[in-house]
Amino acid sequence: MGIDLPLIWAVIILFGVMMYVVMDGFDLGIGLLYPFLPDKTDRDVMMNTVAPVWDGNETWLVLGGAGLLAAFPLAYSVILTAFYLPLVLMLLGLIFRGVAFEFRFKADEAHRPWWDKAFIGGSLVATFFQGVILGGFIQGIRVVDRAYAGGAFDWLTPFSLFTGLGLVATYALLGCTWLIMKTGGELQARMIALARPLTWTLAAVIGVISLWTPLAQEAIAARWFNWSNLPWFAPVPLLVLATVRQLLRQLDGEPHAAPFVLTLFLIFLGYSGLGISIWPNIIPPAISIREAAAPPQSMGFALVGALLIIPLILMYTAWGYYVFRGKVEPGEGYH
Amino acid sequence: MENLDALLLARIQFAFTISFHIVFPAITIGLAGYLAVLEACWLRTGREVFLDLYHFWSKIFAVNFGMGVVSGLVMAYQFGTNWSFFSDFAGGITGPLLAYEVLTAFFLEAGFLGVMLFGWKRVGPGLHFFATVMVALGTLVSATWILASNSWMQTPAGFEIIDGRVVPVDWLAVIFNPSFPYRLVHMVLAAFISTALLVAAAAAWHLLRGRDNAAIRTMLSMAMWMLLAAAPIQAVVGDFHGLNTLEHQPAKIAAMEGHWENEPGAGVPLILFGWPDMAREETRFAVEVPRLGSLILTHSWDGQFPGLKAYPPEDRPNATIVFWTFRVMVGLGMLMILLALWAWWARRGGALYRSRPLLRLALWMGPSGLVALLAGWFTTEVGRQPWVVYGLQRTADAVSPVGAGQLAVSLALFVIVYVAIFGAGVGYLLRLIGHGPVPHEGEHPLPGGPGQPRTPARPLSAADDETVFTATRS
Ligand code: HDD
Ligand code: HEM
Ligand code: HEM
Repeated sequence: MGIDLPLIWAVIILFGVMMYVVMDGFDLGIGLLYPFLPDKTDRDVMMNTVAPVWDGNETWLVLGGAGLLAAFPLAYSVILTAFYLPLVLMLLGLIFRGVAFEFRFKADEAHRPWWDKAFIGGSLVATFFQGVILGGFIQGIRVVDRAYAGGAFDWLTPFSLFTGLGLVATYALLGCTWLIMKTGGELQARMIALARPLTWTLAAVIGVISLWTPLAQEAIAARWFNWSNLPWFAPVPLLVLATVRQLLRQLDGEPHAAPFVLTLFLIFLGYSGLGISIWPNIIPPAISIREAAAPPQSMGFALVGALLIIPLILMYTAWGYYVFRGKVEPGEGYH
Repeated sequence: MENLDALLLARIQFAFTISFHIVFPAITIGLAGYLAVLEACWLRTGREVFLDLYHFWSKIFAVNFGMGVVSGLVMAYQFGTNWSFFSDFAGGITGPLLAYEVLTAFFLEAGFLGVMLFGWKRVGPGLHFFATVMVALGTLVSATWILASNSWMQTPAGFEIIDGRVVPVDWLAVIFNPSFPYRLVHMVLAAFISTALLVAAAAAWHLLRGRDNAAIRTMLSMAMWMLLAAAPIQAVVGDFHGLNTLEHQPAKIAAMEGHWENEPGAGVPLILFGWPDMAREETRFAVEVPRLGSLILTHSWDGQFPGLKAYPPEDRPNATIVFWTFRVMVGLGMLMILLALWAWWARRGGALYRSRPLLRLALWMGPSGLVALLAGWFTTEVGRQPWVVYGLQRTADAVSPVGAGQLAVSLALFVIVYVAIFGAGVGYLLRLIGHGPVPHEGEHPLPGGPGQPRTPARPLSAADDETVFTATRS
């Protein structure tokens, strides 16, 4: 037929997950930053910067899951079984923080601190376990006869715990730079101060993961240190360094949107490095996108919708952000 | 043995999480439609009450919607965590349907929700109305896709089995499978009915307490019109739904009726009450009406339909549960029709807003829509057993290869978290309802804070509605 359906679908899912990391990343990050700002007015403002959009952000996660089920049912069933416990914990975390958006403004003074904690704890647990799943994924999943063949805790290793923490740092920086863009005054100043150590932390995390990944998985090591692949990989570390430098320099001036955009770029670099390391497998280390693919009739049918509708979604999502553009002031919001 | 425990735990977990989830979408579907109607009425007539009601119910909508989203997120992942063999087997069909739901419905709801809830002073009234309509549309589109998926699992069509996996061959036949139209209409009506009963109960509560204003009366009146229109249609649709089930899942009907075997040549009675006993293969203590079963299901005096004994025991759904859940649903449905008729009759002379027995009944029937809705789903789903995809895959073959330990831990966590979180949420909902619609709430839709540059959507004087309306539109 000429159309490489598994390839196109893999790209769509990678795009969906990327969108999720970018968009839900900053609103999870806001939850991670809550502990640094105990004042109620600050917290209201922080939450109101994302209240109109968080649901849309989270929908990218649903698209990732649904797209995987539609295009690679085998991958969906194996990966979700393999990461059973961390996934359940992630979902529970998302429940706590998701309801906090509404409950926090409905609660009385006595109970609001409780929902603040739910927002912090939920964001932290969800982020950490997303990172753990990422780490476990890189390490690979044991599959026999189209079914997960490992134990309940195969995902639990020092490496995956580290990627969990790494993602916490990542989302925190993303949330921090988002707030630099969306707020002003005292709150913004504190975020600018916080962004510096976070940037250093993230740079360190990227460094450690880059060294650790090839050690954790031989296949990736073989791929990285293969001379014909080198031209693909070589620019990534250089670009990371340049971006970090630019980010720190921006923080010295009067930053607005630039730190956020640079952080996004940093994340994009890390993500592409990961993609190159795993490609073309969808269940590392051994099952490729072709072996896991759904029947072409399924992929084709869903593809029509995806190609027609995703651009539309991007358009009205952008419109939503446009409607709520500009800095958020204290007291704004509908509650 | 281990696997049996895992199966049981996985089923309990699914039933538990979906039963929580479906309550919120049902209210979301109903309230989104209601809000769209309210805003349309306000735009057309400019009458303040509609705007007051909009602001009142949109707060409730927001809290409910949040709970719907987070509980739905769990559902989307549970197919893989708990039912991985089902996902691998049938993902070729249920996957694209779910993907279309995300693409056409979830994003639509989420994309316009922000403007609907927070955008009053950021967009004009026309655009705001458009956002409300898009959210309402999204909820209906969402119901359409997920019910196509569920109906396909009940009455599969348009597929082939290749290499032990389902392959779609005709997508139109997959989507418009035999039970889909009935299930879609029945479910959407159920959502509207459930919401109307909640709205009516809220109004009745305030009226019983002596709090009376135009907004409260309007919401009672609107809810009762809705109920009067929808409840009788629901009974008719339910009847057709049952006939369709008889054609495609006769074992389910036999279980719903507690019907074990036919007497040669005789009509089938309708068992009103009784206790279907799976072990003794009979319905004990049956109170029955002769021939009525034949009349309802075959529309003839002595028509017959297969009884449970026509199926091997391992293929029979649990009749004890299905028999009773079905009767709860139908019984409540009849009560709803009665309530709607009574309210209609009481409209003359305004007794609708004063009759204490009527208001009390409306208050007590508040949750009955949701109860009937859950009972209906239990009938449908338990009646499908022992199959997860009817006739193609047994539930026992669908469960993931995860140990009972993991399932027990996750089930315990879900129960604790759901009860705590959604319990608190329902508490907030009730408290919001308890505040009641406040007159002129529409004038301060957005309490702006200090330093907030405000362009009020409406002038703050209590001008007459006509001028306010023109001011808003300009
Ligand atoms: C008849 C309607 C109906 C039924 C049977 C279901 N849902 Fe649902 N669902 C909705 C109607 C709905 C909705 C009205 O579209 C919701 C409710 C509140 C909301 O935010 O959207 C929703 C929310 C919702 C979300 C969150 C969407 C978001 O992020 O905005 C997900 C992931 C699911 N559902 C998934 C499921 C799955 C996997 C189901 C089956 C097991 C399911 N739902 C049954
Ligand atoms: C929305 C209202 C729903 C309710 C209240 C509900 C309820 C239930 C219940 C009680 C069971 C357990 C039956 C048993 O094991 O005896 C079940 C099973 C199941 N349902 Fe539903 N259901 C709903 C909707 C759906 C939808 C929309 C889908 C799929 C698209 C679905 C898919 C399943 C699956 C896969 C099972 C298999 C697990 C099992 O049999 O236990 N359900 N459901
Ligand atoms: C009053 C007469 C009613 C009749 C005769 C009736 C009939 C039925 C039947 C036969 C089924 C099973 C479909 C299957 O075989 O899978 C069903 C399911 C269901 N019923 Fe009813 N029903 C009635 C009232 C109601 C009411 C008042 C509600 C809720 C407000 C309701 C909500 C549901 C739901 C949610 C389901 C499961 C989804 C579905 O299969 O459509 N029903 N109904």
